[in-house]
Amino acid sequence: MTAHLPTTETARDLIEGFAFPFPTDQYRYSTNVEPARTPVVTPTGQWGDAVVDVDSEYRHELAERERILAADPSRYAVLDHMRPACWDTMITLMRELALARPDTMSLEALGGGAFVWTNRLLDVEQRFTLADESTLPMEPLRYIATQVQEDLVLLDQRDDDLWGDAGVVTFAADWSFGFDVGMNFLEIHGPVPRLRQTGVITRAREFIMRLQPGQVYRRTNWTLTIGRRLDVSTELYPEWGPDRPMIQTVDDETFGRLVHLRTEVQHLLRLPESGGVLFLSRTYLLPFADLATVEPWRARTAAVLADLPEDMADYKGVISYRDRAVAWLEARAPS
Amino acid sequence: MSDRIRLVVTAIDDDVPGIRTLTLAAADGRVLPDFTPGSHVVLECDGPANAYSLTGDGTMPTTYSVSVLEVPAGAGGSRWVHGLAVGDPVIALPPRSMFAPILQGSRHVLVAGGIGITPILSHLRSAVRWGREVELLYAYRDGRGAHLDEVKELAGDRARFFTDRTSFAESLAATLADQPIGAHLYTCGPAGFMDAVVETATALGWPPSRIHLEHFGVEALDPGEPFQAVLADGRVLDVPSGVSLLEALEGAGLDVPQLCRQGVCGECRVTVRSGVPLHRDLFLSAEAKAANDSLMCCVSRAEGDRLEIDL
Ligand code: HEM
Ligand code: FES
Repeated sequence: MTAHLPTTETARDLIEGFAFPFPTDQYRYSTNVEPARTPVVTPTGQWGDAVVDVDSEYRHELAERERILAADPSRYAVLDHMRPACWDTMITLMRELALARPDTMSLEALGGGAFVWTNRLLDVEQRFTLADESTLPMEPLRYIATQVQEDLVLLDQRDDDLWGDAGVVTFAADWSFGFDVGMNFLEIHGPVPRLRQTGVITRAREFIMRLQPGQVYRRTNWTLTIGRRLDVSTELYPEWGPDRPMIQTVDDETFGRLVHLRTEVQHLLRLPESGGVLFLSRTYLLPFADLATVEPWRARTAAVLADLPEDMADYKGVISYRDRAVAWLEARAPS
Repeated sequence: MSDRIRLVVTAIDDDVPGIRTLTLAAADGRVLPDFTPGSHVVLECDGPANAYSLTGDGTMPTTYSVSVLEVPAGAGGSRWVHGLAVGDPVIALPPRSMFAPILQGSRHVLVAGGIGITPILSHLRSAVRWGREVELLYAYRDGRGAHLDEVKELAGDRARFFTDRTSFAESLAATLADQPIGAHLYTCGPAGFMDAVVETATALGWPPSRIHLEHFGVEALDPGEPFQAVLADGRVLDVPSGVSLLEALEGAGLDVPQLCRQGVCGECRVTVRSGVPLHRDLFLSAEAKAANDSLMCCVSRAEGDRLEIDL
């Protein structure tokens, strides 16, 4: 078996902060964007009051990102013209972190473009000068990726289109950042069924192109992942692909511990200085075993999966074990 | 629609005859919203609101600076600005960016006419900060050049100054004829000035996608005309300018499904019984819009003064 079988219980805060992605019993693609920074209350707790989220997995996920980047540098790329957008991203995210964690993080402007970034969770106190790379231990986008759990994609807006021209993506769900770098918004979404025909993605593009600095929007996306595995990128398919046939053979208890509902909370904002767009994607994983203990979540996930059209289930890679997932969830209905 | 910012005038500079430069800070002393080079703010005044380009640094700004030309016979905005004193309160809408630098440009040619230097100045500042290839042509009436010292200090010999039309026109044509592939042109100034710049560039083969104009203050969505919404139970709601139908419905205690409040998600569709909607959303197809039997109430309004809806 290749999947990471969790040996410990899911941490309390991961259950309480889980971003459950289904507003109704039926899931279809839509331009599901809403203003960010408003908390969503759930049966277990809440999520969504901050643009960047720091939880008990913070150090572990940052270490995981470093390991992935060391093994495969193509998860990080910056096209030359994106340099100002990288600085913008770093400053923006430092300010968001300070808002989210005022007790341990701060960004202080010293004037003349000089700043001090403090992150007591990582024991960091970093002085730097805007636009001067020599004042940072590494390039600013790469640096901020050592401070946030979110994956980052920077879009350039030109020729009436959006281009994915920089980013650090270590936790992709079945896509490849290295392959997508330099593509436009519609090309990036090319593999997704239904998006073009339904107008979902052209509307999304128009919407993003009109975003103004200071406006922050969010949306959720979801899939199922076998094992607590953040990096299910296309690059690693040979590693995780075999989990899909494997999962059909395990016993019920293992199934519940291995199959995770995976939510990506994605934030979109306009970068002020460069005029670029920042796309943040934060991944949350909850084992079915925990999901099933929250009755509204269990029932709704079963309903959504049972109803999911074939083409979407196929695209999401869950088609081979979707029926078992539905049966597993339904068997846990309260009698 | 957007949150207004409370500002206070902290300094006034009248050194250049007929041009007033205002420095504004947040009334509560906090850092102001960031802005993209080339952005403007709309200041509320007695008459119709006016848009002014922000000339300063847009990263964590503690002040906003605008320079306003005095137009004695013009609309109220200019006269109102010229009547302000230090300490006066001013209300602004958040900065809007419609004239941003193109990051990928191989070279950036900035062309300013008169008070049109204001958005160009913030372009220049950011080009210098990020080491972009930049050059500036600035035409103004003798003795009436705003921000001359600042431009000289930032640009050095990359800026050229003109006080007569002929030498400006000659230099402009020569400059635009001699640019690398991937150069972008940005211009701001009086309408006739920009027309001439665009004409020169077009004649030299510049494609429209590489020419950028600042027209000042075209809001993505204007506040709209007031109208009345008649509900299924006969209630009549006033929807004033600047308030969306969705907001008016919510104000009346109706629970309307909504998500984006931007006309893209499709949640807030409302059936129209009579009256003609003014569609401003991105969600409905052209056919659905033409049918005029529904509208997205978060952004769309009424063509006339009444709309009967099925709620
Ligand atoms: C409002 C904005 C957006 C909408 C509505 C949207 C919608 C979607 C949808 C519905 C999917 C399919 C997901 C699934 O079934 O698992 C998808 C996939 C994806 N999206 Fe977006 N998206 C948006 C913004 C973005 C942005 C800004 C990026 C950044 C570049 C992005 C990158 C991707 C990628 C890489 C995929 C995977 C495509 C593949 O399979 O190769 N999306 N998106
Ligand atoms: S609330 Fe999204 S279209 Fe109106």
